[in-house]
Amino acid sequence: MTVLPLALLLNIAPSEMQPVATPFFFYMLSGLMILGGIVVITRKNPVHSALALIVTLLGQAGLYLMLYAPFVAGVQIILYVGGIMVLFLFVIMLVNLERTAQERPFNKQWVVGITAAAALGVMFVVIYAKGRALFPEPVISLPEVENTQRIGTMLYGNYMFAFEIASLLLLVAIIGAVVMAKKRI
Amino acid sequence: MLSYITSYLDKNVQMTPGQAGNLFWALVYILLVFGGVSLVVVCMNWLERKILAHMQIRLGPMRVGPHGLLQPIADALKLILKEDIIPAGADKVVFWIAPLIILLAVFSVYCVVPFGPTHAITDMNIGILFMLGVSSLGVLGIVMAGWASNSHYPLIGALRSSAQMVSYEVAMGLAVVSAVLMTSLNSTGTGTLSMIGIVQAQNAQRVWFIFKFFPLGLIAFVVFAIAMIAETNRAPFDLPEAESELTAGFHTEYSGLRWSLFMLGEYAAMVAVSSIAVALWLGGWMRPFPNFLHGAAWDLAFSLFPALTFFGIAGLTFYSTARMPKHAYFRLQTLGLGVFGAAFALIGLLLLLPPVFTRVQDIYWFVAKIAVFMYLFIWYRATFPRYRFDQLMKVGWKVLLPIGLGVLILTAIVGVRV
Repeated sequence: MTVLPLALLLNIAPSEMQPVATPFFFYMLSGLMILGGIVVITRKNPVHSALALIVTLLGQAGLYLMLYAPFVAGVQIILYVGGIMVLFLFVIMLVNLERTAQERPFNKQWVVGITAAAALGVMFVVIYAKGRALFPEPVISLPEVENTQRIGTMLYGNYMFAFEIASLLLLVAIIGAVVMAKKRI
Repeated sequence: MLSYITSYLDKNVQMTPGQAGNLFWALVYILLVFGGVSLVVVCMNWLERKILAHMQIRLGPMRVGPHGLLQPIADALKLILKEDIIPAGADKVVFWIAPLIILLAVFSVYCVVPFGPTHAITDMNIGILFMLGVSSLGVLGIVMAGWASNSHYPLIGALRSSAQMVSYEVAMGLAVVSAVLMTSLNSTGTGTLSMIGIVQAQNAQRVWFIFKFFPLGLIAFVVFAIAMIAETNRAPFDLPEAESELTAGFHTEYSGLRWSLFMLGEYAAMVAVSSIAVALWLGGWMRPFPNFLHGAAWDLAFSLFPALTFFGIAGLTFYSTARMPKHAYFRLQTLGLGVFGAAFALIGLLLLLPPVFTRVQDIYWFVAKIAVFMYLFIWYRATFPRYRFDQLMKVGWKVLLPIGLGVLILTAIVGVRV
């Protein structure tokens, strides 16, 4: 059977369920995320930073898809886009855009910055060197089709208590917001 | 190459091109859906003006082409030729991207719209979640458009619209969850989020979810139907377009082609949310009354509906052709209308061929159900007065949200008992 050149490039074999985890998409999404991250910290305008953050988070959703976790990817889009919306509105309403445009975007905290970067670098090197020992299983091949159902059974079966506690915490946050925002209830 | 293309047409491949991993057919489907939706938007432009006009005892567009049929083309030309104004001090990049984000969000949704058991671009395990998530990206485009215009009216309008869309998304989500809950009433007890799976669940349970647990399914459907009008910013919730009272909204500063992109996005979103409603509650691609009117004779009768629809449209067109004024000035228009009717009749004849009408059945019923919703959208606009903003928020949070929650809980209780 002859194969399309493009399909060869993307490692897609015809007419069979094939994992989407191809190197091409991985590097594309990773590059997009890194680019977005750099734009977030270099832009002086906070609105542009918020938009770049969306690009980064969407790239992350793509990575979740490649890890056979479509449900997490979908939730990532819904929750983080909603979260960024709120951030966006905060930026528009609370931040003085004219003042931030004149300020330097970087603080001169070289010591802390270099320490953090060095720690992260050491961690990367260690993981790269000892990767096989730390993560013996290269890929756990969960069928994509059952992903959502499995998360459902896990959340509402095995971890029911923790799930309900988390929902209680969110309820407290909502009530707290109402109490603080409204003077007369 | 050729075998790669034909491998999808094999009888054993009973799935969407996205699932089969066939790039060629996925591209064909994407182009078909994109072209089809754009065509629907053009038709809706004309239909909306005509139907609104006739409801208000006016004629509507009559000058460009017979019965104003070429009006959408004239409109599009006007919008393309119009000067494209970017306000001074506007954030150019964001101003550019905002309409594109809305379009991208709306058209991505069509990836999972199930036109038939195998007629979708792809079927995802998280179909309905994907639809809700990606369509909520549109809010972002609205806020960006309002902010980037560097003007107070669009900014206030954008905040108003985003508050509206975020509020109604909650009610919409609750209604959707109660429908998803109904899919889990099978022997295994696991539901599904995939759009095709939801329609197949209705097929397996032999009932459209709008009639399931009467009246629970109906109430959830009504909640969704109201929320989806608010989501697409249509009358009576069209505060973003309220030129008469509110100086329009987030797209006040947009003009020309870029403004038309917003309109394209709005109409495409109308089709998208209607398709969610059709797939979740109205049985998707299934024909009406499969329980009462079953058997080979009824199947044949219902499979003739696509052809009959086109013959009906052709007949109406011929009737209008016969009623055209006999003056020499209208000769070209009369001829054009006749050709238009003949084209419809030809499509109808084509749909009478057995290999054709067995294949377009699913697509026809899905599109026909969407068409009903599109007519309702226009009808609402002609009928209901616009809501005030505080009334809009009250309906969203104090009426639809509690009803949606109540229906969800009751559906769960009834579902456990069954």
